[in-house]
Amino acid sequence: MAVTTEDQQHGLTAHSHGAGAPVTSRADHFTSFDVNAFEVPGGREEIWRFTPMKRLANLHNGAEATGTATVEVTAAEGVAVETAARGDERLGTAGTPGDRVAAQAWSSFTEATVVTLPGDAKSEPTTITVTGPGAGQVAYGHLHVHAKPFAEGVVVIDHRGSGAYADNVEFVVGDGAHLTVVAIQDWADDAVHVSAHHAKLGRDATFKHTVVTLGGDVVRLTPVVTYTGRGGDAELLGLYFADAGQHLEHRTFVDHAVSNCRSNVVYKGALQGEDAHTVWIGDVLIRAAAEGTETFELNRNLVLTDGARADSVPNLEIETGEIEGAGHASATGRFDDEQLFYLQARGIPEEQARRLVVRGFFHEILLKIGVPEVRERLEAAIEAELEAVGA
Amino acid sequence: MATLEIKDLHVSVNTEDGAKEILKGVDLTIKAGETHAIMGPNGSGKSTLSYAIAGHPKYEITSGSVLLDGEDVLEMTVDERARAGLFLAMQYPVEVPGVSMSNFLRTAATAVRGEAPKLRHWVKEVKEAMSDLDIDPAFAERSVNEGFSGGEKKRHEILQLGLLKPKIAILDETDSGLDVDALRVVSEGVNRYKGSSEVGVMLITHYTRILKYISPDFVHVFAAGRIAESGGPELADKLEAEGYVKYIGKQEAASIG
Repeated sequence: MAVTTEDQQHGLTAHSHGAGAPVTSRADHFTSFDVNAFEVPGGREEIWRFTPMKRLANLHNGAEATGTATVEVTAAEGVAVETAARGDERLGTAGTPGDRVAAQAWSSFTEATVVTLPGDAKSEPTTITVTGPGAGQVAYGHLHVHAKPFAEGVVVIDHRGSGAYADNVEFVVGDGAHLTVVAIQDWADDAVHVSAHHAKLGRDATFKHTVVTLGGDVVRLTPVVTYTGRGGDAELLGLYFADAGQHLEHRTFVDHAVSNCRSNVVYKGALQGEDAHTVWIGDVLIRAAAEGTETFELNRNLVLTDGARADSVPNLEIETGEIEGAGHASATGRFDDEQLFYLQARGIPEEQARRLVVRGFFHEILLKIGVPEVRERLEAAIEAELEAVGA
Repeated sequence: MATLEIKDLHVSVNTEDGAKEILKGVDLTIKAGETHAIMGPNGSGKSTLSYAIAGHPKYEITSGSVLLDGEDVLEMTVDERARAGLFLAMQYPVEVPGVSMSNFLRTAATAVRGEAPKLRHWVKEVKEAMSDLDIDPAFAERSVNEGFSGGEKKRHEILQLGLLKPKIAILDETDSGLDVDALRVVSEGVNRYKGSSEVGVMLITHYTRILKYISPDFVHVFAAGRIAESGGPELADKLEAEGYVKYIGKQEAASIG
């Protein structure tokens, strides 16, 4: 198995690294609610260099909405669901768009959906189903999820359908709240989805964010986590499976600006088929004030066939030596023939053996999702992916 | 009654310098109920023989044949060979992260037996088999071989031997890396299966110490890619005393110390 691994622990000095590490610090990353404050990206910019701009349906270049995405919420008892007009003061409080498409979505959505989990109470899972505007159509959206202080609950966001869709998704996690989010991108083959997730964690808040990306022509997700009080704990999990021709890109950014917070990022992907392409960029910034930070990020890719490409770039910037720990690991490997041989030597047919290995590869993530009904569906979806290519 | 017939087997391995012939005409017949010890110095091709029979893709059969009850083994895929009744206990069992031992064992048993074992019986069967090998039940929920010690891996190989019940078992240096207690437990496991079946065993080893626990009917000295001499158990005693010097022209002990 051809594997390159870099496992590193950092501590004492401020530095950043990673293949193709940005020349500028992530701290200088530009954000704005104004779409015109961003130049139209050409594709050479650091944050766009992996993205196939021609396949973005002009979301980055002023494409006007021609349709709308349907948002349906099956809310648990006690969970409030509202639609909010532009100008609602809650909107935009979790974060500011960090690229032109997110700013375009902010400028272009017509109606936001606001979901509020009651404070100091445990609620059952709430499911938000977002259906794309349809083939050839363009839509923008906005979703705001607020877990009030000491709320405890699960929100599943299920994306499906066709068309091009850009949106901002906000998570405001109140003090002491526990919010679990599973965002599933199970789009039709033609779909283009560019989505910015902004999470703002209060004091002692726990945020578990799982991204599952399976379907769509181009999917680009940028989850950003910020902390407003000590004791915040973010776990960002990702699982993606790219087939021939698909471009699935995930760019996580954890901004440690407050002391004694924790973050853990684990993304795992499998690729199969000609021109299947995945990108994972993991930015972590530990600012000078963020003493006592503990962070780790990991990305693993399993390349099942020839012709697929996985890009993986961890970037860790540390501006204080007074931290608990920080590290990252990234590895991309071919399917391990020795594992296959071992399983087959026990009588297990090749196809079944391959599935066992891939299922095993994703097992760690599936186990951590913690929402049983979602887990079962994802296991079935992964089986379907494997059957599609007869791997 | 199962018979494994290896005739004039030539095997090459692809290296950076091109194909290199490792096995240079191996002839060996193993019948049901017989135990054949294959002894030889390092690099003589013993492991290549075991992997070639099991069908590892790294090894290329250039000529010769391997028949199991008259069926051409070399025409079969790796899993077909296992289902036909061949079992290889590996010297270096492979780790498979995220696949639990219990899932793996049941999947393998289902494949080899042709139907899923009844759950209630199966749980009991596995539990007893693990207990016989002094394996902690907690291992059932761990990933296959992941983080296992050398001894734990070997115990699990023999666990699989007992559960998959092959006609012909090839044990590739199952004794290597085992301490005295583990060697005894593992050997007892092999003997238990031998006692309960008509298995033919090919016991590959560098050292004679495992032969104190598992008695061979035949001993073959393997050197330079072929069988250099065959005999009964007394041949092992001779190797114990003299080492492999006679076969490779230099001293290499077959006993420890």
